[in-house]
Amino acid sequence: MPDARRFGLLVQVGAVLLALLSTTLVLLATGAPPLEAFSSIVVGSVGSWGKFSDVLVSWSPLLVVTAGLLITFSAGLWNIGIEGQVTLGAVFTTGALFALQESGWNPALVITLAMLAGMLGGALWAALAGALKTFGGVNEIFGGLGLNFVATGLNLWLIFGLWKRPGVASMSGTVPFDEAFSLPTLPGSRLSLVAVGLAVLSILLVYFLLKGTYFGLRLKAIGKNAKAAYLLGVPTWQYTMLSFMLCGMFAGLAGAMQVTAVYHRLIPSISSGYGFLGLLVAMLVNFHPAWVAPVALFFAALNIGSIQLPVVLKLDSALAGVLQGTLVLFVLMADGVQQKLMRGALRSEDGTAERGESA
Amino acid sequence: MNIDILLVSLAGVLAAAAPVVFAVIGETISERAGVINLSMNGNILLSAMAAFAVALATDNIALGFLAGMLVGGLVAAVLAFASITLKQSQVAVGFVLALLCRDLSYFLGNPVMGESGPRLSSTPIPFLSGVPLVGPLFFKHDVVTYLSFALIVAAWVFLFRTRPGLVLQGIGERPAAAFARGADVNRLRYFYVIVGGALIGLAGPTYSLSVKAGWKGAISGLDGIGWIALAITIFGGWSPLRAAFGAYLFSLLQWLGLALQPLLPGIPAQVLQVAPFPLMILTLLLVNVGNAEWVERTLARLPEPTRRLLARALRKLRATPPAALGTPFERE
Repeated sequence: MPDARRFGLLVQVGAVLLALLSTTLVLLATGAPPLEAFSSIVVGSVGSWGKFSDVLVSWSPLLVVTAGLLITFSAGLWNIGIEGQVTLGAVFTTGALFALQESGWNPALVITLAMLAGMLGGALWAALAGALKTFGGVNEIFGGLGLNFVATGLNLWLIFGLWKRPGVASMSGTVPFDEAFSLPTLPGSRLSLVAVGLAVLSILLVYFLLKGTYFGLRLKAIGKNAKAAYLLGVPTWQYTMLSFMLCGMFAGLAGAMQVTAVYHRLIPSISSGYGFLGLLVAMLVNFHPAWVAPVALFFAALNIGSIQLPVVLKLDSALAGVLQGTLVLFVLMADGVQQKLMRGALRSEDGTAERGESA
Repeated sequence: MNIDILLVSLAGVLAAAAPVVFAVIGETISERAGVINLSMNGNILLSAMAAFAVALATDNIALGFLAGMLVGGLVAAVLAFASITLKQSQVAVGFVLALLCRDLSYFLGNPVMGESGPRLSSTPIPFLSGVPLVGPLFFKHDVVTYLSFALIVAAWVFLFRTRPGLVLQGIGERPAAAFARGADVNRLRYFYVIVGGALIGLAGPTYSLSVKAGWKGAISGLDGIGWIALAITIFGGWSPLRAAFGAYLFSLLQWLGLALQPLLPGIPAQVLQVAPFPLMILTLLLVNVGNAEWVERTLARLPEPTRRLLARALRKLRATPPAALGTPFERE
């Protein structure tokens, strides 16, 4: 077995190298200097405390979203509707802040309530996808995709309609909230330790939930074989709904962070694509909770590091996505290659065993 | 509204639906073979960008379309390799490809962004275009729109009226049975996934060289269309005719959203553009709900005439996916 593990590691390292190589080829294809591009990403992400604190700002919601996705993945569900759930979290948080900002209550209480509202919003939107799946027979991928578009529409309608800026409504979003209603940030940076703390707490909670409770065990049973789990007495549809809502709760928390810690208002692209990026992170770590935090940090660093590419090298910042995508693609393929080789090895072992018996 | 303007608008709806028709029929073929191609959204963007860049560099529109189909086929080939040969989850690989191809299109397309390039001109068909009503509606388009009309019929005939079409249905429904009858399931799956991918890759150039000519990167307005097409494929119940109907319905609804905007001044254009989606979810629910267990249970409790009526309506609407969709085939 140690041999198999070492071999597995070798294949994975090969996959990472292949991803770097192919991204280099993409860079060469556009005539860009690859080394300068990569070093620009490194400098732009960890080159200074300011940059690194930006990485942590983007790490927090990504980590929370991915933590939530581990729950639905455990139950064998592809929660593609996660983007909409993040958006609805932000919408509910904004709504709560609008409702309570004049109340005169303690701002800390208002923020807490607003973030709880965000979690509720995400959970409700996820419950819709879950209900479509369990009661309507609509595959969660297609229901979720549709709900994502509806969430975008709802968000835009609020920004341009109900909550529009006095005067002219615009793509820049709603009126920013008073500073008192933002999560406190470290002096001289946009980093909120509360957001980071909530993110770390989220992944720890999910880790415990999946590894240390019967709930997690049953979810995994449903994920492996829903029919068998049902026959063994696991309340399948209830667990499916619950895993959707728990995931939506975390997605909503990420949306709440986007409003209270990052943008301080509702903007059209409030989810920042963290939902889909979280799906990539979850796939890359093969759904192991222990690896989510470092890989999410790496992905966040790539995103932040590539922001300055257009200015420095006149390259599109989508380079981060190219690297992230090729990385996941090659790791998936390497996994397939490894399984194929191991199946081959097993088969030849079986063959010798059978021959031994018959002799 | 005067009838001529209405006809021109409706003809515009047909033309705007052409890329979606290509995409949904490509996806239908791929899924009929048992492989769901989730990469569509990125695939369309990348083929649109590649086609525009090639057409711009060579000043040859045909080469642009060819490049788009090539890109679509290549992306599908990666999906086929990872899911058929390496047996990885089709959904996982497709989703990664969807994001990867989108970012690739933005990154690689950066140098040609905003350039003014060639655009397919319309070729009215002599005589036919002069026929009242039908002429302006169906016979005053560019070549690819005619191609989209032809493809719907061709795909339907192929799938339901030819022997290879029957085999295609077989490898998605009962691969083991098809295999027993001599079909090389995995090789055929490769073939149809790549053919389907090439058709999806035809959708890109139809945008960047015709319907929405040009390449504007992230603001091209093409991001999301692949996801829509994916949903329309389900709505289409894996039949080319019904899928095409879905594509036209969607195109019509989007046009209606824009046309009705002056009547609804309070609602911004961005909202009306997503208006078809709640409807889409509702239709997905309608075509799927017949498969749910509780519906059967509820139906059984209803009085006989009502039950029969409802059951028949649900069966008409119902769309059942190919039985082996999403699962790799392994010969025993």
